Amino acid sequence: MAQMNQLSLQDEPAVSPASEPRKQKKKKVLLMGKSGSGKSSMRSIIFSNYIAKDTRRLGATIDVDLSHVKFLGNLTLNLWDCGGQDAFMENYLSQQRQHVFSNVGVLIYVFDIESRDFDRDLLTYRSIIAALGQFSPTASVYILIHKMDLVVPNQREDIYNDRVSLIRSKSDSFDPTPFATSIWDQSLYKAWAEIIHDLVPNLDQIEKHLGSLGKLIMAEEVLLFERTSFLVVSSWTSKEIITSDKDHPAQNPTYDRNERLSNIIKNFKQSTSRYTGTPKSAEQFSVFDLKMPNFCMFLIKFTTNTYLGVVLPPGEERYNSAKLNCYIARTQFEDLDSPARKSADRGATSESQDAVS
Amino acid sequence: MNLLRKGRRWPKLDSSYNGSPRQGPVRHISPAQLNLERVHEQNRLNVQKKDGTKAPEPAPGPAAKGKPRLLLMGQRRSGKSSISSVVFHKMPPNETLFLESTARIQKDSMHSFMDFQVWDFPGQVDFLDPSFDLDAIFGEIGALIWVIDAQDDYLEAINRLNSTILNLQPSYPNVNVEVFIHKVDGLSDDYKLDIQRDIMQRIQDELSDHGVENAPINFHLTSIYNHSIFEAFSKVIQKLIPHLPTLEALLNDLCRACRFEKAYLFDVLSKIYIATDSSPVDMPSYEICSDYIDVIVDVSEIYGWERPKEYIEFLEGQPWSKKLEDQVACRDAESAIVLTDMKRPIMLREVNKYLALVAVMCEGSYEKMPSVTMNVESTVKGLLEVFEITKQRK
Repeated sequence: MAQMNQLSLQDEPAVSPASEPRKQKKKKVLLMGKSGSGKSSMRSIIFSNYIAKDTRRLGATIDVDLSHVKFLGNLTLNLWDCGGQDAFMENYLSQQRQHVFSNVGVLIYVFDIESRDFDRDLLTYRSIIAALGQFSPTASVYILIHKMDLVVPNQREDIYNDRVSLIRSKSDSFDPTPFATSIWDQSLYKAWAEIIHDLVPNLDQIEKHLGSLGKLIMAEEVLLFERTSFLVVSSWTSKEIITSDKDHPAQNPTYDRNERLSNIIKNFKQSTSRYTGTPKSAEQFSVFDLKMPNFCMFLIKFTTNTYLGVVLPPGEERYNSAKLNCYIARTQFEDLDSPARKSADRGATSESQDAVS
Repeated sequence: MNLLRKGRRWPKLDSSYNGSPRQGPVRHISPAQLNLERVHEQNRLNVQKKDGTKAPEPAPGPAAKGKPRLLLMGQRRSGKSSISSVVFHKMPPNETLFLESTARIQKDSMHSFMDFQVWDFPGQVDFLDPSFDLDAIFGEIGALIWVIDAQDDYLEAINRLNSTILNLQPSYPNVNVEVFIHKVDGLSDDYKLDIQRDIMQRIQDELSDHGVENAPINFHLTSIYNHSIFEAFSKVIQKLIPHLPTLEALLNDLCRACRFEKAYLFDVLSKIYIATDSSPVDMPSYEICSDYIDVIVDVSEIYGWERPKEYIEFLEGQPWSKKLEDQVACRDAESAIVLTDMKRPIMLREVNKYLALVAVMCEGSYEKMPSVTMNVESTVKGLLEVFEITKQRK
């Protein structure tokens, strides 16, 4: 438990350019891709509680849609949803080049799987990467191969691998992380959870503390969700699920369970917001209990911006004490929600970690 | 083979997804695949037909008692097969576009807490033709559900309905006729009420002209794109449950003791409720309870995997030294969720492998959960006793 006390974000002096000495530079998240590839739809589903059906209403994004997404309290994502029409793209690459591509933390590039002119897409991608390399060489790049639901299932993997290898060859010095996504299933949550995962500062500490908590309450799994998007920010799985093979503890065979759970809860939140009349972005529930003969689970509101999900083996005593302990543990995790500290700058993260350990 | 624990009883077409039915653009389920399913089902029934001893259609008579039949009839393209697929086969509503015209009577057996059959009739065949054996069809009838397409011209449908009722009057005067005014999802409220009034008027006029007064006909506005079809089916099924008043009384007592706003006894597979307490049914509470069941089923499908034997032995060891079953207070599934607005919890309690008790509790009940659980426990025991007793009578 002593480790818990050390969980805190370190203060870091802001690294700011001469032009804005006081203001702290937040890193940008650029969302780019061809027109109609699905950028605004994804953004609205993840951050604005749209359901997939509602995205039909969205029109073309004109120039840049800038949104400040508050995530986990102390993290603000500057999400630049850039319109994909050729005219805008050209604009970004020429007049607005520095303005758009400097200080980028993450570039998310969306490829539409059913686009007829993949070569042209690649060319555009290439120029974007060049501009990125010029102004933000330390940015990370994520590739989303989107609208995968339109491909016949047995061909999906091949087409995906093909595209990814071609894209990688055009990525210069960046090493992009690829995902196959579709707004009609949980793959969308998987991709965005990974992206967010890398943006959260001091994530290692969070995971370490979740692990300690999990072991103490004898849980099988501990999950940390962000409040509005219900993405799994961090998770821990027990290695104690022993089998006859001592070296390989058993694991839940559903590998994408985090995304599925996000999907299920998000959909249920739609129903509850309709029922209670509260807006969809408001938090909908505070406690969820589930006791089955072969497992138990609870989801509780943990800190202001997070929910904690715990999966336990059956047993009343273990369940009740686990729940109580999690409520007590809240205070130790309060720092997850501390007001915006200057270490929102991705560059500073590694230094703060070194300082703590 | 418990639904709440295993997740699904009917094999899901797409096991890579958990969540509410996707009302989205068509996924890659080819029409051929859907067709194949139907052909498979049809073949299965044909095979059973050939082997006379295992024939599923009950001959009218005591052998068939307890297997009420729901007949889905109506004009062609009125939506009968879609209704049957959505309610009993868990098909997402937007995929019903691919269903082909029904060529023969589709007989589905529902093995739920109550065994009943749903017969889906082809719309273009006229069953009042003397060549059809009325007895075989209407023998063990529970309810006749007539589906009328509200978006189409319904006069022809009304005429056929009237002639059917008149034809049935001499031999089966007490048939429950339920009229589903279907496909009302696109219509405005005023228009819906107008249509309903119009249809009711025409039917009652026609029937009284022929001397049939106060025929037992009920009207429902339905659509497969929302919960109204399930609600309508719930009302239809409730008429077929002989011991309904007992169930209702038990639920009323529970609601009074625990101050529940609403309690439903749901059939988990089809999400039709078979009993509720006497407070008026409102769609929102029905919808939220129905969605809640979905959440539970989905979550338990993900996390309900088979834990290895060694792990279970480990759990039963120190420091509890008890069998896993004894560490648990209740062998059935239980769940609760506290909604932040007005702090109303929703609770679910499995009754038996087909049924679940779902209730919307009142504010502040979560703190008193243990006493609520005790009350629910005794209600569930009562319900199980009722089912036990009534089963023996058959």
